Amino acid sequence: MSADRADVLLICYGNPGRLDDGLGAAFAEALQGMAPKGVEVDVDYQLTVEHAADAAEYRYVIFVDASVGDCEPFFFRRLKLGEEVTFSTHSVKPEAVLAMASKIFGAEPEGYALGIRGYEFNEFGEFLSPGATKNMTAALQFMLPMLEKRSFSEVAAEYGDTAADLNGEMKCKTESM
Amino acid sequence: MTATTDLKKIVIEPVTRVEGHGKVTILLDEENKVQQARLHIVEFRGFERFIQGRPYWELPVLVQRLCGICPVSHHLAAAKAVDRLVGGEELTPTALKMRLLMHHGQFFQSHALHFFHLASPDLLFGFDADVAIRNVIGVAAKFPDLAVQGVMMRKYGQEIIKATSGKKIHGTGAIPGGINKNLSIAERDELLKDIDQMMEWGRGAVKIAKDYTVENLEKLAPFGSFDSNHLAIVKPDGAYDIYDGGLRAIDSEGNKIFDHVDNQVYNDYIAEEVRPWSYMKFPFIKSIGPENGWYRVGPLARINSCDFIDTPEAEAERKAFAAVTDGKPCNVSMGYHWARMIELLHSIEKIQELLNDPDLQGEDLVVKGERRNEAVGIIEAPRGTLFHHYKIDDNDQVVMANLIVSTTSNNEPMNRAVQKVAADHISGVPEITEGLLNHVEVAIRAYDPCLSCATHAMGQMPLTVELFDHAGELIDRKSKG
Repeated sequence: MSADRADVLLICYGNPGRLDDGLGAAFAEALQGMAPKGVEVDVDYQLTVEHAADAAEYRYVIFVDASVGDCEPFFFRRLKLGEEVTFSTHSVKPEAVLAMASKIFGAEPEGYALGIRGYEFNEFGEFLSPGATKNMTAALQFMLPMLEKRSFSEVAAEYGDTAADLNGEMKCKTESM
Repeated sequence: MTATTDLKKIVIEPVTRVEGHGKVTILLDEENKVQQARLHIVEFRGFERFIQGRPYWELPVLVQRLCGICPVSHHLAAAKAVDRLVGGEELTPTALKMRLLMHHGQFFQSHALHFFHLASPDLLFGFDADVAIRNVIGVAAKFPDLAVQGVMMRKYGQEIIKATSGKKIHGTGAIPGGINKNLSIAERDELLKDIDQMMEWGRGAVKIAKDYTVENLEKLAPFGSFDSNHLAIVKPDGAYDIYDGGLRAIDSEGNKIFDHVDNQVYNDYIAEEVRPWSYMKFPFIKSIGPENGWYRVGPLARINSCDFIDTPEAEAERKAFAAVTDGKPCNVSMGYHWARMIELLHSIEKIQELLNDPDLQGEDLVVKGERRNEAVGIIEAPRGTLFHHYKIDDNDQVVMANLIVSTTSNNEPMNRAVQKVAADHISGVPEITEGLLNHVEVAIRAYDPCLSCATHAMGQMPLTVELFDHAGELIDRKSKG
């Protein structure tokens, strides 16, 4: 990792063998070759505690995962420290990673969540559903200029607690992850 | 169960801080006495069907899709089976040692994650402490040094996996008959930089687990505990091993039920029972039968089953562990934590030994021999013995797959632990608090179950506790997570 140059870390996670749960990994793959300078991309099955050490080395950390909420094609929002820090499994929540980065490493990166709506999770398969593929493409188009300009805060503020919809037809309330 | 009309039902779903989806149901009668307690594991069936028809050489990568927590274990178990399919089971020294390094890296990170971040909140704050602090953030706030150690040990293990398998996700290191890369000098030197620190933290972790267990032995000894058989692989000389060896089963007194069983004939010795209330099967030792032939796997079973450990510090700790039960097997469920940390110490000792072995820079990576149409690969995963059994046709396609994952073997023991804790701590109390329910989870967590389900999309995995009255009406419901 070139922490001296990179200031943005995208942590894309999910299981590519479980259909739309692979949205995070698919997003990372789609971003390959297009990520602006200073943007690092990490891919993992699940979000776990060691990501706190990684997150602590960047100014901006964006968590990219499949979402099962109502928001289509995706949501993007600022994460707040100390929010939703309950642990349910070996995997942890993005807010918990940020909280650990703060409590353990004294770092407070700005954290954001990109939740891309998925539909099919309950079978094995190494492909995305058509709807998820469409949503991922939309999310990529949404993220690229923001990654270039580092305008995460502004965009998140613009959308507030709403999810982005590129078609401009709707903005829906996000759910806490 | 037929007389359920006068019972209350408590459901804990999913169990927190275990992987995947688990549900505990506790049936109470009108006096709050426990009538039945069960752990239901919603295992995703269908993986074996998913891989049928796929070419065998894809297996080591394909099986990693099964689980986001222990992909390396499935990778290596499948690779061992595939080695036999291509007649390449006698690996070159470089290939074998690269796989061992990968495997010990997996053990080190998995055990560190479990102990420091999943189990430690219960141990440090108490089983019924306020749930608001009884979590890893609470540990980070009150015991920051331990939290740092947990994170950095986990990270170190992940770096080993990355260096040996190529990447963190869907690694391709193990291939039929060998490995696809060696360890470069630069990779070795990078990993050696932190080895002394990891050794020190490993020793410290054993001390924490040992001191906690010894100091609380009176309380822990009966907690979710019961006599059982134990199963693990051991080397021909009886040494502890996690990568290769014959199957050994012992009873609760340490008597051998079978020993040094060839992996290829495991199904002459182990069978699986189906029960109508559970998706997950219940494996058992055939010669004893399903009623009493169930067994424990994992750290406790491995430390109980082996004759010795071939690294000095872990062996000294094993002896200390065995001394508590006068050399007999330990049948205390909470003993898993201490055993797990002995294994963690052994893994970091092995990692140090391997990193200093020039064979890792060798260039003879793959062997092949006479092709076979059926093979079994068995390894010890962090959570216990893992069986992969495949048959292929003449077109190289998989026509049969049978996997027995560690958590399946521990299915009956975990159910016994749930029953014991429910009977001892919940039965007859006037109010079922979150702390009391956590006692049940503490017992399950000791086994570190992995429920074969890595799907985790944002918005999923709440914990729901539902209380039903004797007529089946929902009278209370709590959610967290």
